[in-house]
Amino acid sequence: MSAEPLLEVSDLSVRFDTDEGPLQAVDRVSFTLAPREVLGIVGESGCGKSVTCMSLVRLLPETAAVSGSAVFDGVDLLALGPRRLRRVRGREISYIFQEPMTSLNPVFTVGDQIGEVVRRHLGLSRRAARQRAVELLQLVRIPAPERRVDEYPHQLSGGMRQRVMIAMALACDPKVLIADEPTTALDVTIQAGILDLMREIRERLGTAIVLVTHNLGVVADIADRVIVMYAGRKVEEAPAEELFAAPQHPYTVGLLGAIPRPGERQERLEEIPGRVPAAAAPLEHCVFADRCRYADETTRTQVPALRAVRRDHLVACFHPEADRAA
Amino acid sequence: MNDAAPALEVESLVKHFTSGRRIGAGGGTVHAVDDVSFSLRQGEMLGLVGESGSGKTTLANCVVRLHEPTSGSIRLHGRDITHLSRRDLRPLRRDLHMVFQDPYSSLNPRMTAGEIVGEPLRLHRLAGRKVRTGRVAEIFERVGLGPEHRFRYPHELSGGQRQRVGLARSLILNPSVLVADEPVSALDVSVQASILNLLRDLQRDMGFSCLFITHDLATVEFLCDRIAVMYLGKLVEVASRDEIFRDPEHPYTQALLSAALVPDPAEQRQRRRVVLEGDPPSPLDPPSGCRFRTRCPLHDLSAPDSDEIEPPLREVSPDHLVACHLSAPGSKTPRIADPPVTTPVTG
Repeated sequence: MSAEPLLEVSDLSVRFDTDEGPLQAVDRVSFTLAPREVLGIVGESGCGKSVTCMSLVRLLPETAAVSGSAVFDGVDLLALGPRRLRRVRGREISYIFQEPMTSLNPVFTVGDQIGEVVRRHLGLSRRAARQRAVELLQLVRIPAPERRVDEYPHQLSGGMRQRVMIAMALACDPKVLIADEPTTALDVTIQAGILDLMREIRERLGTAIVLVTHNLGVVADIADRVIVMYAGRKVEEAPAEELFAAPQHPYTVGLLGAIPRPGERQERLEEIPGRVPAAAAPLEHCVFADRCRYADETTRTQVPALRAVRRDHLVACFHPEADRAA
Repeated sequence: MNDAAPALEVESLVKHFTSGRRIGAGGGTVHAVDDVSFSLRQGEMLGLVGESGSGKTTLANCVVRLHEPTSGSIRLHGRDITHLSRRDLRPLRRDLHMVFQDPYSSLNPRMTAGEIVGEPLRLHRLAGRKVRTGRVAEIFERVGLGPEHRFRYPHELSGGQRQRVGLARSLILNPSVLVADEPVSALDVSVQASILNLLRDLQRDMGFSCLFITHDLATVEFLCDRIAVMYLGKLVEVASRDEIFRDPEHPYTQALLSAALVPDPAEQRQRRRVVLEGDPPSPLDPPSGCRFRTRCPLHDLSAPDSDEIEPPLREVSPDHLVACHLSAPGSKTPRIADPPVTTPVTG
């Protein structure tokens, strides 16, 4: 990716003060997003993938201590005042949530909800907003948009609702779309349609997409580049094809071995022993140390820095696969 | 018990629900399961695959008699259990157990893991306290839980550990039939793997027959010997695992397989996919004729038969059943998508 990045996140950390004490949810994560790029962020629950994205658009509660920077279009999103933040959020960067039912307001029609976005951000009239809503429903391939625009969320199926969410997110032609598990609540045949739609949006509108998911199949389908997160850290980053063909971090290798693959006969699935550590403060050793078969003294006492094993392929590990092959 | 009979036989099972009248919506009948027949062979893992609203969970609940079927019959080792009273069912509960999807809500929060797992022994009065403790310890070890977990409450356990407790409870009476309803779909990938491996090992060692219900094709492929595909209350295809993956006949099975994501970009991005149009129809008002016709990519070929006549589930080749007008012995449905490539055994 040689193009100037659209978004540059540096040393992002997020800590929560919980009843059980502090919790380090994200620990010094850096990444960039290029224009038109689909960046996948994968990891299991609690790895910090959603928190990372929510912190970019400042959707986290007050109790979250966020540090680092996220530069978008020359400004640091993490330092923006509320008024300027409102101008960016929803207009330049929009967010799609996992659960389309709970993210839509049940007492307003689909048209009202999409219309509200363009009326607020672009100052469109009521009539123009409705017209725009119809166009957007058409864009996300909802049949009979003229009729659907006056329907309420409960009248739509799960797949349709997710399309409405995407329509809302695209209302102001954003440069970045953050999609947090957009297909997780959907059936596989519906999921296929939503992924096709996201691909089409990128092609037609040039929107860059950050796709947060636990599903490696989704990433394999659509992402250009992938970040693997574990216990709040970025442990690996690579172009999608390379990540799947030559994973470097033992965690990534384990994750790929753990999924049943359609079309393949597997005798056993790989298991990753142990559990994800919950840390109160940034760990001063490798986060994967106590589950890693290659762990040694260095792993247990030092933080592995991200290093490039190949061009564009970063891994935070003292003993990546590449070293073993050599 | 009749050893020659299948472990479980379901015949023409129907389950309709009456949907209540609400404002703006009239009452109606939900056709959750409509005329479903299949059998679970001795020692077999049968995967029942379907998307939400297909009726797979209702079917499972009917099989273990958590729902009263509307009509049809269920036989356990040749014995008709469809209309047994709760009292007469009780001894059979030893033989037929269920594992639930949600390991959070299916365990009593006020009991320790050890008490939960020992409960079936206590209820069936099969063992005194001492023997019970021994048996619980045994099964704990078998499902990979440490002895210290016996005294923990469900909230102190992780999702994977809770599902192990659920499995231990279901298996402590050594049942001959296990019905597992999406037992891993609430779990993280790496935890899923360990539960799937465990279920497979337990099945091989203990020899129970298992009806495994899921929406995930890759999981059934890993685990099951045969696969039954359900759509809108009906079985549309039943065949061996290899057959389903190599040679899916029903257009819905083909679409489902083509939508399954292969975790390998090089392969996934090459595949010819078919994306189904529209949404699944409501089970309140299923389409006439073939229930899949409203979304079927091959509807042009199957009409007008598929508009009026419901295709029966029939054998098109040995042990391969399909419910489609375009599929008959000696004539295949056109291939509309690439199934995931089948490669030889790995790992």
